[in-house]
Amino acid sequence: MESTLRGAAHKYGKNVDTDVIIPGKYCNIVDPVELGKHALEGLDPEYTTKMKAGDILVADTNFGCGSSREVAPIAIKGSGTSAVIAKSFARIFYRNALNIGLPIFECPEAVDGISAGDQIELDPATGVIKNLSQGTQFKAAEFPPFMRALIEAGGLVPYVERRLAERA
Amino acid sequence: MGMTLTEKILARHAGLDRVEPGQIINANVDLVLANELSAAVAIGVMRGMKGASKVFDRNKIALVEDHFVPAKDAQSAKLAKLMKDFAAEQEITHFFDVGRGGIEHVVLPEEGLVAPGELIVGGDSHTCTYGALGAFATGMGSTDIAAAFVLGEVWLKVPASIKIVYDGTLQPMVFAKDLMLRTVGELGIDGATYRAIEYHGSTIDNLSITGRFTMANMAIEAGAKNGIFHADEKAVAFVKERTQRPFVVERSDADAVYERVVAIDASALEPQVACPHTPDNVHPISQVTRDDINVDQVFIGSCTNGYIDDLRIAAKILEGKRISPRVRVIVNPGSQKVWMQAATEGILTTLAAAGCAVNTPGCGACFGGHMGTLGDGERAISTTNRNYVGRMGSPKAEVYLASPATCAASALTGKITDPRVLELAGV
Repeated sequence: MESTLRGAAHKYGKNVDTDVIIPGKYCNIVDPVELGKHALEGLDPEYTTKMKAGDILVADTNFGCGSSREVAPIAIKGSGTSAVIAKSFARIFYRNALNIGLPIFECPEAVDGISAGDQIELDPATGVIKNLSQGTQFKAAEFPPFMRALIEAGGLVPYVERRLAERA
Repeated sequence: MGMTLTEKILARHAGLDRVEPGQIINANVDLVLANELSAAVAIGVMRGMKGASKVFDRNKIALVEDHFVPAKDAQSAKLAKLMKDFAAEQEITHFFDVGRGGIEHVVLPEEGLVAPGELIVGGDSHTCTYGALGAFATGMGSTDIAAAFVLGEVWLKVPASIKIVYDGTLQPMVFAKDLMLRTVGELGIDGATYRAIEYHGSTIDNLSITGRFTMANMAIEAGAKNGIFHADEKAVAFVKERTQRPFVVERSDADAVYERVVAIDASALEPQVACPHTPDNVHPISQVTRDDINVDQVFIGSCTNGYIDDLRIAAKILEGKRISPRVRVIVNPGSQKVWMQAATEGILTTLAAAGCAVNTPGCGACFGGHMGTLGDGERAISTTNRNYVGRMGSPKAEVYLASPATCAASALTGKITDPRVLELAGV
């Protein structure tokens, strides 16, 4: 589990889809850093130049809707973005983000309580979201027990390795 | 308390008597699908897994080259080769290269790889297409697909179901695509997130299998985990023509629990158009055509509408005519088999004679990959499933989604056109 994350908030609206997170023409790229150079290009071409490593994406409902492309969360992570806070996530993006280790926080109150540029501190272990600029604090929805176990085990890959070992 | 079709399939594959919405299960899969993009990442993940040298069953994996093929550049060729080499190394039975396959979701059903009651996961969000035949099918990312490759099982949260009941006879020039666009418009693009959509009603009973593919395909456009039809005689006959494999036809219980029931009057429906830039921005065509909306490109194809019935409709409208000099029309038959059938019926010649560019089967322009990418300020009307900003190329382009009939009618005039107007005019 990651330690505390800290960065400035970049705020966007609802239904940020995978086509704007990483346009189709880049989907033949596999290198995370190269993908990261195009993160959010369809939504905000300035994003990768104005953000700093560790910064945090904040968005409204249904973040990551559309395609199953795992390069969407990989591009966000590859850009140096440390986490995404949203009111809700689309289903496949949610799974993919957990699988590739992009911290995500579901918290409508935090989204409403964060303005663009606010300094945010996140604790992935507890789900606590601190808005340092406004002196407020929020708590993200807890992961269901199965998913928490999966995250604590280090993600899906170690889980699969354990299942394989059990079968051997 | 009864169970829905989706719940029954999931319970059987998890070895349980019953499951409830929200429950997390470990389910065996009947088929795992990937294309060269999702496979490239999945293969990399699998290579890094300790103890994962072999796939769980070489006969239960389908690998289809379709997104960037024929390779548009060296990088795409690299990914296509990576998957081809993996297929050879793992002795994968169902590997489809260019010229022998087409778009994954068109290919798998026509090759008999999908049957009622089966559980299929795929590294593509439109894997939900197979619900047309009464299977549970859902899209996932590459790491989940890598896990399914080696384990032959996946973890799933059982979705609650939304029942949609369509009644009435469709008017001329109104099709499955119009029904589904209306549905996405009603539900909204996150209206069915984490849910199963179950299609019911007399309109559905009369719908062709390809029309059902179109509708199941776009379940994801409302955020759904899967979209599913009951396999009737028509569906069972379609599958039995293609495979000898035994399968189980399940039905939702009469007392199954639905989170929501939505009724749609199909008889009152006119052709529908999803306007930029979301698939739920759906309007009846009579409203859209109040203004002249000129188009630069018409695209007919994709896993939504690349079936033989779709090409037949387009050819019927375009036969003996020339498309507007203002537009280019790009046609991508969904699969090699669709392409050959269309060739046999003279459809390809009809389309080419009208001025359409007929491509080799594949995803092509749908996702802005190649073979019809839009430039700044261009506008397209397309039979595909998504119209997000930048979906088909430039973020400064616009995409309207409609049926093959509406797209073909628009090709003739160079602007978004109600296909019923052509019919009235005896076109």
